Amino acid sequence: MDALLTGLSLAVTPENLLYAVVGVLLGTAVGVLPGIGPAMTVALLLPVTYNVEPSAALILFAGIYYGGMYGGSTTSILLNTPGESSSVITALEGNKMAKAGRAAQALATAAIGSFVAGTIGTILLVALAPTVAEWVVVLGAPSYFALMVLALIAVTTVLGSSRLRGFIALTLGLTIGLVGTATGQPRLTFGNSLLADGIDIVVVAVAIFAVGEALWVAAHLRRRPLEIIPVGRPWMDREDWGRSWKPWLRGTAFGFPFGALPAGGAEMPTFLSYVTERRLAGKHRDEFGKGAIEGVAGPEAANNASAAGTLVPLLAIGLPTTATAAVILAAMQGYGLQPGPQLFEAEPELVWTLLASLFVANTLLLVINLPLAPLWARLLRTPRPYLYAGILFFAVLGAYSVNFQWFDVALLVLFGILGFAMRRFGLPVLPLIVGVILGPRLEEQLGQALQLSRGDVSALWSEPVAVIVYVVVAALLLWPLVLRLIPGRQGPERLADEVDELEEEVRR
Amino acid sequence: MTVVVGWTPDPRGHAALQRSAREALAHREDLLVVNATTGTAAVDDRFAGASDVSEVHALMESLGVEVQIRQAVARDIAEELVAIADEVGASLLVIGIRHRSPVGKLLLGSTAQRILLDARCPVLAVKAAEAPGR
Repeated sequence: MDALLTGLSLAVTPENLLYAVVGVLLGTAVGVLPGIGPAMTVALLLPVTYNVEPSAALILFAGIYYGGMYGGSTTSILLNTPGESSSVITALEGNKMAKAGRAAQALATAAIGSFVAGTIGTILLVALAPTVAEWVVVLGAPSYFALMVLALIAVTTVLGSSRLRGFIALTLGLTIGLVGTATGQPRLTFGNSLLADGIDIVVVAVAIFAVGEALWVAAHLRRRPLEIIPVGRPWMDREDWGRSWKPWLRGTAFGFPFGALPAGGAEMPTFLSYVTERRLAGKHRDEFGKGAIEGVAGPEAANNASAAGTLVPLLAIGLPTTATAAVILAAMQGYGLQPGPQLFEAEPELVWTLLASLFVANTLLLVINLPLAPLWARLLRTPRPYLYAGILFFAVLGAYSVNFQWFDVALLVLFGILGFAMRRFGLPVLPLIVGVILGPRLEEQLGQALQLSRGDVSALWSEPVAVIVYVVVAALLLWPLVLRLIPGRQGPERLADEVDELEEEVRR
Repeated sequence: MTVVVGWTPDPRGHAALQRSAREALAHREDLLVVNATTGTAAVDDRFAGASDVSEVHALMESLGVEVQIRQAVARDIAEELVAIADEVGASLLVIGIRHRSPVGKLLLGSTAQRILLDARCPVLAVKAAEAPGR
């Protein structure tokens, strides 16, 4: 508690407060704009880590992450197209509410629900992360290795439209992570001395998220504009409050654990929250599909709680579960910070300042989002060529600033084309980026485990935690096969398919 | 024969629309309303929504004008409008124009000017009723 108060006093220093404000403003903006998300923004801002204090940069990034969750809901509700993947579900009821003239209430329940869930989630984070870190610190290299394998397998198999595509992306990521001479021998350097130090994660992240997306948008530049629903200042009456508070709490209960699990992301908990609210709606059951406030309140709370939940494994174990968390992890590694249990002991001031600033960011977001929602919606009128010209400019600047070498810009273009191709062929980006970041650490832990056991491979499953984790990994991999073998059941249902089905059902 | 009008859901577009309806009535011609956007922004206020479109239909029905509305996403609005006028063999192309500030002239091209120069049929340029004090 003392530590948190110290952190709070550091978080409200003018400089840190400024970074929090910039972070939440930027985060909300990119959340509102479809196609541009917190992962891309944090990737583009990675070069600021060369000049800025670690605590300030992390406050900035966390503000962007939280802000993206808020901003996405505005677009979902007013435009019926999600600003963020985490707000896909919000559009179902939110846009129906807006069309029925209840846009103000939909925005209000989304913003206040996000605040409630974000605050509860952050409290849970503060309570849990140090405990988890203490528990993890006793684990040896074999367990770490197993946990990383779990994280890689989970982000690859649980989300996305197909496992095969997930594994292709993961393989690409791990391969990019292999480049360099970390082990003494050159690997995949093609005799090029510029590749000897490996490929900087900044270049890969910026290329995949920013350049790939910019090329993709350029290829689909002209689209029929969507009708935006005009809205005034968000507000709710007594009945709306009464119908919203329970979904907020239930959404938080879904969001936080799912964020903390390596099955990561906000898609699953927002979906579950929506389905639950619909089931529990009672006399308001008929309103679902026509604009039920519960269907906005629950998923919006869930996505913010999951953002807080994501930070538990990130800070306590050093495992990223979402694309944004992966890029934040890259930033921490850039500072030479080792996320994980050691972080709490080595850098308590940094950790607690970050945690305290999450409360600050969350409050700021409520303050800037509730009255300013109509203003944020105006961002949607920005022509895409202006936006993406700016993004490409910062992308090139960022890649060049890594080593001040043209070679990095060439790599940027190369990986940008890869990012475009992945979008074209439906390969998920998350496994690639997590693979690039975790790959080298995975190898390090493997090397350590084998060194201690003098090359005895059985050491890898010598710790009970490692064995449990491997069982979970096996379950993840075998689950679809098991489902297929059970008679009377169709093949495995994917989350994406279920969401599609739900959408069709509601849109009818 | 057909009268083609370049229309946007704003005062300028409305002025052009009303004038074109009068022309179509006077010469017993059809009216083709064209509403075009470059489609580069997620939201474009000059791209008519469903309610704007039905308003136009209602207005034209009350006036007794045979109307068609075409909403287009095009790289270049002026080019698209001229091409559509050519395609239907328009007898007249009606557009709304606005006052432009010197800075605006310096920075931006004019869709209206390009239509005036490029169109192969007569072009009628209409201004919106100006706000008082201008």
